[in-house]
Amino acid sequence: MNTIATERRVIRVVVNGSPYEREVEARLLLSDFLRHELGLTGTHVGCEHGVCGACTVLLDGEPVRSCLMFAVQADGHEIETVEGLAPNEAELHPLQRAFWEKHGLQCGYCTPGMLMVLKAFLAENPDPSEEEIREAISGNLCRCTGYQNIVEAARYAAQLLRQR
Amino acid sequence: MKPPRFRYCSPESLEEALAVLGEFGDEAKPLAGGQSLIPMLNMRLARPSVLVDLNRIPALAGIERTDRFLRIGAMTRHRAVERSESVARAQPLLAEAIGYVGHLPIRTRGTVGGSIAHADPAAELPGVLLALDGTVELQSRRGHRTVPARDFFVDLLTTSADPDELVIAVRFPVLPPRSGTAWLEVARRHGDYALVGVGAVVTLAEDRRTIRDARLCFIGVGNTPVRATGAEAALRGQPAAADTWRSAAEAVRNELDPASDIHASAQYRRSVAGVLTERALALAVQRAQEGTAG
Ligand SMILES: Cc1cc2nc3c(=O)[nH]c(=O)nc-3n(C[C@H](O)[C@H](O)[C@H](O)COP(=O)(O)OP(=O)(O)OC[C@H]3O[C@@H](n4cnc5c(N)ncnc54)[C@H](O)[C@@H]3O)c2cc1C
Ligand code: FES
Ligand code: FES
Repeated sequence: MNTIATERRVIRVVVNGSPYEREVEARLLLSDFLRHELGLTGTHVGCEHGVCGACTVLLDGEPVRSCLMFAVQADGHEIETVEGLAPNEAELHPLQRAFWEKHGLQCGYCTPGMLMVLKAFLAENPDPSEEEIREAISGNLCRCTGYQNIVEAARYAAQLLRQR
Repeated sequence: MKPPRFRYCSPESLEEALAVLGEFGDEAKPLAGGQSLIPMLNMRLARPSVLVDLNRIPALAGIERTDRFLRIGAMTRHRAVERSESVARAQPLLAEAIGYVGHLPIRTRGTVGGSIAHADPAAELPGVLLALDGTVELQSRRGHRTVPARDFFVDLLTTSADPDELVIAVRFPVLPPRSGTAWLEVARRHGDYALVGVGAVVTLAEDRRTIRDARLCFIGVGNTPVRATGAEAALRGQPAAADTWRSAAEAVRNELDPASDIHASAQYRRSVAGVLTERALALAVQRAQEGTAG
């Protein structure tokens, strides 16, 4: 019963198209569930209080901080992580290709979060201005690139996605 | 940083949620968007023994328009407010301010009720609500009541809601004719909490050149959002002109009593509040004159 308060729960989620069922502690963060329970370590964890954006994933298509949700809250929902972007082993998603070609990453720590927030953003704004791109990634911190090439990559990705 | 142990429940109706809150009292905490509560749990600044997740109660989300106000259900996401055409039409101050709340992924989860209940003195929505003289709807097993914003925000992160009461909706009044609004703020980076923010609401007299009523509400300058009632009173009956905005800015600088902290000094905040006052009044009046409201 959902009104009975418990410390553990069985949850069912779909991650990158695959269904999973696990029993978890209620206090387990979605970020830790993805990384430790499912082994999907592409979702990075920087701050665990919502500031850095490295842990951003898509929940039913919308960008959320996986460090600011409990895994139990994802029960019955669909999640997409950076591992779900590429269509197969040999091919990159247009966003990944754009980041690669335009040097949108250096150490890569911020990259999964950047890619996921941009995926949702570009789906809604296929032809954004530079200012709109900067605002979209304003919640994602990068300590390496100075953002210039990330913005450049986002513009290029938008172009690639429009051509598809 | 990992949250402490707690027991979790996810009721599917308001009645069930109120029953759990009634049973556990201040041992329990409602979980809305979690964008403020989960950071506090992760840092172990909060240790509730029971979390009552409101995310599975569909009846708590939604935007309704009545003659007098826009009624926004507590679990309505910031993002839904941002996307809503009825908000853009009926309540331009709210529509303008909402884009300043955090970042896209924060607004995807964050809720209107959560922002109001959390009562951060630098948060936009409490400031908007106080600027508009809005009200908060509270419900518990004991009954329903509505509390005006000025009685709701009591102190730093403190409201007049009891632990067993839920914010179920927030009412943002619609404006009389010949009104205009403006929301302006200064923050270190886009999406950060404001160092200082202001909401201005101006209603013009029939000649469209005299101020009938003006309201100025500030965030980031006290333990709650703050109305500059002295400056507001002095604005009534004044001509809509640059000199008037300058005197209002002066009145605001004298009236506000912000504190210094690591983000900004009191003097800086007072000075910015004055500058924003001038700009916000000019913009609100321009919008009132153009009939574009916000
Ligand atoms: C990086 C970052 C930047 C941010 N920047 C801003 C910003 O610029 N401006 C801004 O305003 N906010 C900002 N926020 C906060 C964000 O807007 C929060 O979402 C909001 O303050 C709280 O809403 P919530 O729905 O997430 O509530 P929660 O975090 O779930 O709850 C907050 C508190 O309110 C209580 N509560 C929640 N709902 C109810 C209810 N219906 N009835 C009674 N009590 C309730 C909870 O028990 C808890 O104590 C930021 C957050 C982050 C992580
Ligand atoms: S780890 Fe989630 S925002 Fe930093
Ligand atoms: S590439 Fe290193 S943090 Fe962004």
